[in-house]
Amino acid sequence: MSEKISAEDVKHVASLAKLSVSDEQLPYFTEQLGQIIGLFETLGEVNTDGVKPTVSVTDQLNVMRDDIADNWQERDELLANAPETMDGYIKVPTIIDESEDN
Amino acid sequence: MNFETTIGLEVHVELKTNSKIFSPSPVQFGVAPNENTNVIDWGYPGVLPTTNKGVVEAGMKAALALHAEIEPNPHFDRKNYFYPDNPKAYQITQSETPMAHDGWVEIEVDGNKKKIGISEMHIEEDAGKNSHETGYSLVDLNRQGTPLVEIVSKPDIASPDEAYAYLEELRQQIQFTGVSDVKMEEGSMRVDVNISVRPIGQAAYGTKTELKNLNSFNYVRKGLAYEEKRQQEVLMSGGVIRQETRRFDEKSGKTILMRVKEGADDYRYFPEPDLPALTISDDWINQIKSELPEEPKARRDRYVNELGITDYDAMVITQTKEMADFYDAMIELKADPKLAANYLQGDVNAYLNDNQVDLQDTKITPAHLASMVNLISDETISSKMAKKVFKAITKGNDPEQFVKDNGMVQLSDPAQLQPIVDEILAANPQSIEDFHNGKDRAIGFLVGQIMKQTHGKANPTVVNKLLITSMNK
Repeated sequence: MSEKISAEDVKHVASLAKLSVSDEQLPYFTEQLGQIIGLFETLGEVNTDGVKPTVSVTDQLNVMRDDIADNWQERDELLANAPETMDGYIKVPTIIDESEDN
Repeated sequence: MNFETTIGLEVHVELKTNSKIFSPSPVQFGVAPNENTNVIDWGYPGVLPTTNKGVVEAGMKAALALHAEIEPNPHFDRKNYFYPDNPKAYQITQSETPMAHDGWVEIEVDGNKKKIGISEMHIEEDAGKNSHETGYSLVDLNRQGTPLVEIVSKPDIASPDEAYAYLEELRQQIQFTGVSDVKMEEGSMRVDVNISVRPIGQAAYGTKTELKNLNSFNYVRKGLAYEEKRQQEVLMSGGVIRQETRRFDEKSGKTILMRVKEGADDYRYFPEPDLPALTISDDWINQIKSELPEEPKARRDRYVNELGITDYDAMVITQTKEMADFYDAMIELKADPKLAANYLQGDVNAYLNDNQVDLQDTKITPAHLASMVNLISDETISSKMAKKVFKAITKGNDPEQFVKDNGMVQLSDPAQLQPIVDEILAANPQSIEDFHNGKDRAIGFLVGQIMKQTHGKANPTVVNKLLITSMNK
């Protein structure tokens, strides 16, 4: 089949998802992702000239919550589910990436 | 070679709402780690966000204060990235249809007025907070979901001084809407800057660098000034500017390379499917407009034109909405506008600086300060006595009561003062002669003697008048 995605792109996407893909696995995922993209390309066959992009499939508009604070008191349960905690914090491996952009 | 500088600022402002932007968890500071979090904030499978109406309205207020056009149909987008401060692995923000666009603020640098454009502003959620220890990191998700407004300037800022003035103006405009405290030192205002230089006449912008760790307006100005000079020097010596992120070092005042940027960030934005889009009608905008307090500039103009205080005093008083409201309240209580302004920008500001407190956290009230100013106006107390009275006000004392309790009432009655004046004149014939010989100091000496005699209670204006009339007889 024609190549829908290059091995380089797969590597890039994997690194964005913080996944390591070995050289042996690379052709396997490249082909698999290519197939998925091929499936989605079916959608491209529909003529969408002059159609506005769909942002949401619900017909709801302006569904909002009033600004009232409510603490659900779930802290202990949530922390109990964290792999590791320390003094009420979630403990994670050292973070080297310094980017804390918003 | 002559250069021109282009500066862009991205400012994040934390909105002061009761609850988070997409979950009802409380927004508050100083609570135990992860105290204000729920399953939504932790990004548990199956949870759904709901949009906080208060955040949308706060965003509208900020947009109106920045003279921006509000987008009638904004929606939210996902910005995808993996980082432990963000358990969903995406931030809900607005990318395609920001809340508002094309705003401006007016700045003044060295007497020159200039409009700085705002390309867009949007609402989004903040991430949690990481603290880095040796061998591991700790995550607190209390800040996760705190509402933010991000304001992006157009590349209109041409110098570090303009950047400083822009931040001041932005801070003030937002602060007056009441949607945020806008305090850099408390993290409710955060600034990212980028800067490039290019030879004058060159059409394309130069390569820009990004500066981090700018924790005050002053550091923003210093960091930019250093970076402006550094880039010019690199170009002068035939070098090339790399696209990189640099950290401002507060100690040395220099910027230090953090990392070189390779390629654009890849956040794979797409419309947020879990939240319905918004429709912002003109009616809603008008309603929000009607709730907005008077803008700082309108207040400054009113103070100068209607109340006759100086530009400088008006500027100082409108630094914060709290102080401007305080001033208005004093005027309401018939305090003399000039005296009230003097005390606010003088004694009150000095007190706030000395004690590092905000006006609203002190015991000084508009009623007490107005009452003190009125006591000075009707000459019950002298401005010298007022120093003591002001101290009492800072402790929450009522000035009228304090003046009464301490027998501080000023002697202003000429009938009572004349005998003392006569007595002092009789004892100081030399001073009278000096006065007639045009020595101005003589009168000061005589006033001093009378103040001493009356334990500081004599009204100096009345004493002056009486002295001159008596000596000219």
